Amino acid sequence: MHPVKQVSGRAYPWGAKNIDTDVIIPAHWLKTITRSGLGKGAFETVRADPDNIFDDARYAGSPILIAGDNFGCGSSREHAAWALADMGIAAVLAPSFSDIFSGNAFKNGIIPVVLPQAAIDRLVEVAQTDTVTVDLETMTVTTRFQDRFPFELDAFRRRCLMEGLDEIGLTLARDTQISKYEAGVNEHRPWMSGERAHASTSVESAGRT
Amino acid sequence: MASIPLTLYEKIWVNHLVEQRDDGTCLIYIDRHLVHEVTSPQAFEGLRVANRKVRRPDLTLAVPDHNLPTSPRVDARGNEVPIADRESAVQLDLLRRNTSEFGIDYIHASSVNQGIVHVVGPEQGFTLPGTTLVCGDSHTSAHGALGALAFGIGTSEVEHVLATQTLLLGQSKTMEVRVDGALGFGVSAKDVILSIIGKIGAAGGSGYVIEYTGEVIRNLSIEGRLTIANMSIEGGARAGLIAPDQTTFDYIKGRPMAPKGADWDAAIAFWKTLPSDAGARYDRTVRLDATDIAPALTWGTSPEDVVQITGFVPDPESFADPAKRVAAQKSLDYMGLTPGTAMQDIGVDYVFIGSCTNSRIEDMRAAAVANGRSVADGVRALVVPGSGLVKRQAEAEGLDRIFIAAGFEWREPGCSMCLAMNPDKVPPGLRCASTSNRNFVGRQGPGARTHLVSPAMAAAAAVTGRLSDVRDLIGRDPMGATS
Ligand code: SF4
Repeated sequence: MHPVKQVSGRAYPWGAKNIDTDVIIPAHWLKTITRSGLGKGAFETVRADPDNIFDDARYAGSPILIAGDNFGCGSSREHAAWALADMGIAAVLAPSFSDIFSGNAFKNGIIPVVLPQAAIDRLVEVAQTDTVTVDLETMTVTTRFQDRFPFELDAFRRRCLMEGLDEIGLTLARDTQISKYEAGVNEHRPWMSGERAHASTSVESAGRT
Repeated sequence: MASIPLTLYEKIWVNHLVEQRDDGTCLIYIDRHLVHEVTSPQAFEGLRVANRKVRRPDLTLAVPDHNLPTSPRVDARGNEVPIADRESAVQLDLLRRNTSEFGIDYIHASSVNQGIVHVVGPEQGFTLPGTTLVCGDSHTSAHGALGALAFGIGTSEVEHVLATQTLLLGQSKTMEVRVDGALGFGVSAKDVILSIIGKIGAAGGSGYVIEYTGEVIRNLSIEGRLTIANMSIEGGARAGLIAPDQTTFDYIKGRPMAPKGADWDAAIAFWKTLPSDAGARYDRTVRLDATDIAPALTWGTSPEDVVQITGFVPDPESFADPAKRVAAQKSLDYMGLTPGTAMQDIGVDYVFIGSCTNSRIEDMRAAAVANGRSVADGVRALVVPGSGLVKRQAEAEGLDRIFIAAGFEWREPGCSMCLAMNPDKVPPGLRCASTSNRNFVGRQGPGARTHLVSPAMAAAAAVTGRLSDVRDLIGRDPMGATS
């Protein structure tokens, strides 16, 4: 993942509430087996309306999306984050996010920035004509009109974003701790082992015969 | 020293803590991982690129469900029927090849054990109380019905779990949703969860893990509890828990992957320690009374748009929140509804009985209120059992014959019309009474209009051709229930 320290540029001044992942990327786009190319399907149903914000020349290619409450609710599909990333969005600003979506966003280098509704309203106004800056160093969203909205981020996630860290690699480095935990389970809750469970299973196995 | 009373969630959390980092993030061990074709290809690809293995294939189980057509899977000569849609065929084939390459158990599409991943887990005894269980699918919350901390994850997390059998998580807040009293005649688990979501809102549980408590929940079967926990995510909560009890133990006992012999006794002893302690504190408590819950359904395009079947399409102007007013108007335009219309005057074109919310044997039995009646003219009605085992059981009980005689289609197990990824779709502009969990714009197909209902209400809609009160169909007097 590429490190992200700051996202600056035009923003889609949308503000819509309860935008679910079926709106971000409809299910028929989920048949892909790669992570790329989903920008084409992003907000397909919204884009069916000729006056939609995403095809408005003023905002073309904006790296920031401003949305309303509960952005990314619905399914766990990471395709929603891949679609946003593919259309060049690197930060989403909203009063709240679904838990699963914000996790997916982080893992794809998109900053989910939580701001109070009043700040969102103000930024929707500014973004009609001007740029917005999200800065991870100072943890603020700013505009050229002296607006300055501080936000919070989980410290670990912030570090992963800023340093472009691979989470799996970091966790694999904790192998000793994980093995120790597994040994404890084998001792205290031996029935948890899949090997024992599968001993009498009726499930056919493609991998282990 | 008196120990601090803990909630079920806190007990599971502490039990699965591998380590807590200085910044507060926790590395949590994952006991069970379910995999399906749609959210896994990129995860396996990631492993391959980084030359990584699956840490615990024995704790992982794969089953195809989302893309699989619900038409017969083998032809008259016993040969597998090829899948017409090319992209679906590629995804399904990839699941088989990936699980084979990484040594993961895979349930074949034509196996009697195949089904929707959230029906299969509990049914096989893969889902156990006190475990952490994940799947790349948001309705993983369903497994919380058995007292498992179960939640949906994205594909990067699927890859993380495959490689490390852990996840990095922050602790959630806890919400108790308590439903007291006894449910009225004709009221089901689906009506309970729709009423809960109507009350807390689609984002009400955001940041929380819900624990469902109270007499109503205790008296539900595991099937009913699965319906409730399944839709936790529609109330914004990533997971929903129900404390394991004798009902849970009776359900699990003897299932293929459940503990046996001495393991079973040890497991039961442990599971009995799991329920929340008396005096345990929740960050928020919401109470509902069973007497306020009636057969319910949705009118709009968010699962929080709930109304009782005796109610009316609301007037957007009646909402205090201006944003909700705008959203409601948009919903009504999409749904093609006029404020003030009685819900029971709304005609339907499609009926879908299925999905991981309502496709278990009890749901099939509930839908059999259609017995002796006929699907209304112009209505297409599908019954899609959640797994091959549910299908077999229903057929043994003669339910398939009831449905077929009434004019329903009796199909092969899968996600079917719950989401528009396989051939079962609701055509644009048409209206569907659906037992699934999401009424989002386009969820059942582009332009499709969805009303979420219980299986009995769906069956009632099928035979009357309109949204109907199932209590009128079966008679309000329980004694006349089978008339
Ligand atoms: S039935 Fe619907 S909600 Fe359940 S897993 Fe399948 S697509 Fe998801």
